[in-house]
Amino acid sequence: MSEQFAPQQNPRTGVIHDIGYRHYEGPRLGRFAITQALLVASVRHAYGLGRSGKSKVMPILLLAVMVVPVAIIVGIEVAMKLDSPPIIPAHYVFFLQPVIALYLASQAPQLFSRDLRYGSIVLYLARPPRRTDYALAKLGALVIALLILIGIPLFILYVGALLAKFDVTDMTKEFAVGLAGGLLLSILLASIGGLIAAATPRRGFAVAAIITVLIVSFTATITTTAILDPDQTMDSTAARFANLGSPFTLSRTLGTFLFRDDSDGWMPTTTQGLVFLGVYLVIVGLCVWGLNRRYAKVAHG
Amino acid sequence: MPVIATTALTKRYPRVTALDELTVEVGSGVTGLVGANGAGKSTLLKILLGLIAPTAGSAIVLGHDVVTGGEAVRALVGYMPEHDCLPPDVSATEFVVHLGQMSGLPATAARERAADVLRHVGLDEARYRPMGGYSTGMKQRVKLAQALTHDPKLVLLDEPTNGLDPAGRDEMLALVRRIGTEFGIPVLITSHLLGELESVCDHIVVLDGGRLLRSESKAALTGETGVLAVEVRDLSGRDRLGAALAHAGARARAEGPLVLVEITGDATYDLVRDTVAELGLGLVRVEPHRHRLEEVFSV
Repeated sequence: MSEQFAPQQNPRTGVIHDIGYRHYEGPRLGRFAITQALLVASVRHAYGLGRSGKSKVMPILLLAVMVVPVAIIVGIEVAMKLDSPPIIPAHYVFFLQPVIALYLASQAPQLFSRDLRYGSIVLYLARPPRRTDYALAKLGALVIALLILIGIPLFILYVGALLAKFDVTDMTKEFAVGLAGGLLLSILLASIGGLIAAATPRRGFAVAAIITVLIVSFTATITTTAILDPDQTMDSTAARFANLGSPFTLSRTLGTFLFRDDSDGWMPTTTQGLVFLGVYLVIVGLCVWGLNRRYAKVAHG
Repeated sequence: MPVIATTALTKRYPRVTALDELTVEVGSGVTGLVGANGAGKSTLLKILLGLIAPTAGSAIVLGHDVVTGGEAVRALVGYMPEHDCLPPDVSATEFVVHLGQMSGLPATAARERAADVLRHVGLDEARYRPMGGYSTGMKQRVKLAQALTHDPKLVLLDEPTNGLDPAGRDEMLALVRRIGTEFGIPVLITSHLLGELESVCDHIVVLDGGRLLRSESKAALTGETGVLAVEVRDLSGRDRLGAALAHAGARARAEGPLVLVEITGDATYDLVRDTVAELGLGLVRVEPHRHRLEEVFSV
């Protein structure tokens, strides 16, 4: 410190000097750039980057669980020279929904509960970004993190399909529909998971609550649909609307409607589709509103 | 121009009035904000940061109104909160760099500044370890470092000595003093202990129940009262001196071993010198009688 390197020493003796406090004269970035930096840092955190080794385990493990099956599928379809792709990207996402749910349950609290639990939220609130910027950056980061989880296996599937010389137009369309569906799902899951995680500073409680909400709603939806539609024709209007009951079925059904994707064997009518779109927007809107309210309360607390 | 100026600043909650028509100015140097718990110190800091809106009145910080220009204020101000605010699973370096970016520094500048301020607060090798393993003293240093990382034009420190042992407290106060003088950054520091602010502050603001009790420079608060304290050998000497001074027309009284003489001008000093010499007393000391801060506020 300054006492050790007092200024009266000759500056040309080659000693390292404490040059004292230096003021910062460089550029200061605006709200947008700051929010962007928070978004990038949060996406990194969602995969454990820049955090302790232990916190990398869960996200990397779940990403591996998402990727390994597609790697095997791609290997098979290239080696066996199959006539048609063994799985549609959008369906792959739907099959692996428990993995996505686990990822959301493990990482949403990391992004949202952590700053509340350790009080570091105060340090953000005392800086230029508004609490809305903070909430949206965290939400955006969770959407991107989920999209990475969903997008990487889909991309491998797409590359594999091209290597296996399936029809390029069809494959590109399926990949695009899968990815767009993945985006719909990511936005919906991030909103719900983010709101639950922000509601409690207790990490374990948030994990349990997210898992419960996703699994219970999914099981209830699948069971109700099965009861209402025993022949699996999906002709019954009630059975179709039952798909509103869980985030996975809601975003999947909305995807088939928006992207005219008939690979499930049925598509909602225009009216039904608009109902799905409306419910989707209302849920996302309510969650974002709730999240914002939550941080308003924190700021005033 | 004052760094902080409030005019009739009032904050009412449904049940309590946290700030009651507070009008106060804070200039450069180190300003102490003193008051018991619940006196409105933290509420004032939150209003100054633009985090909560006042019920009435206004506050100008660094030329910006806190209600309309909260964002501009927060870009220029460093804030050290009272409570724990450090996540345990990241290192101090990582965290301070990140918060520098959150204040608008580009990534490279944020890294340089973080290294600089962590060195200034005296956090050396430990800065690469996760903060979960830090002692209270180290945590307080990181909290101070994050408040300085963006080179603020004002720092607000909420009870920075909380939870520190006496040695740590002295080090923290020395750091605060350096920030206000050597670094040239105005400091507003809160404490419920008047005594510890006495050594570091240039100016003291005292709040009580949301009202301004006093706002004065330390020199004025502890300044000369116009009384000279004289101490001579043995108590009989004290009484003889007191009598002689009274006889000469000076107002004097005994207090403990001292004789307190009211200063009416330079002649008082001459009178005391001559009287002591005439009586042949052993003079121990002559000094201006100063108040200590505790006395000033113990009323």
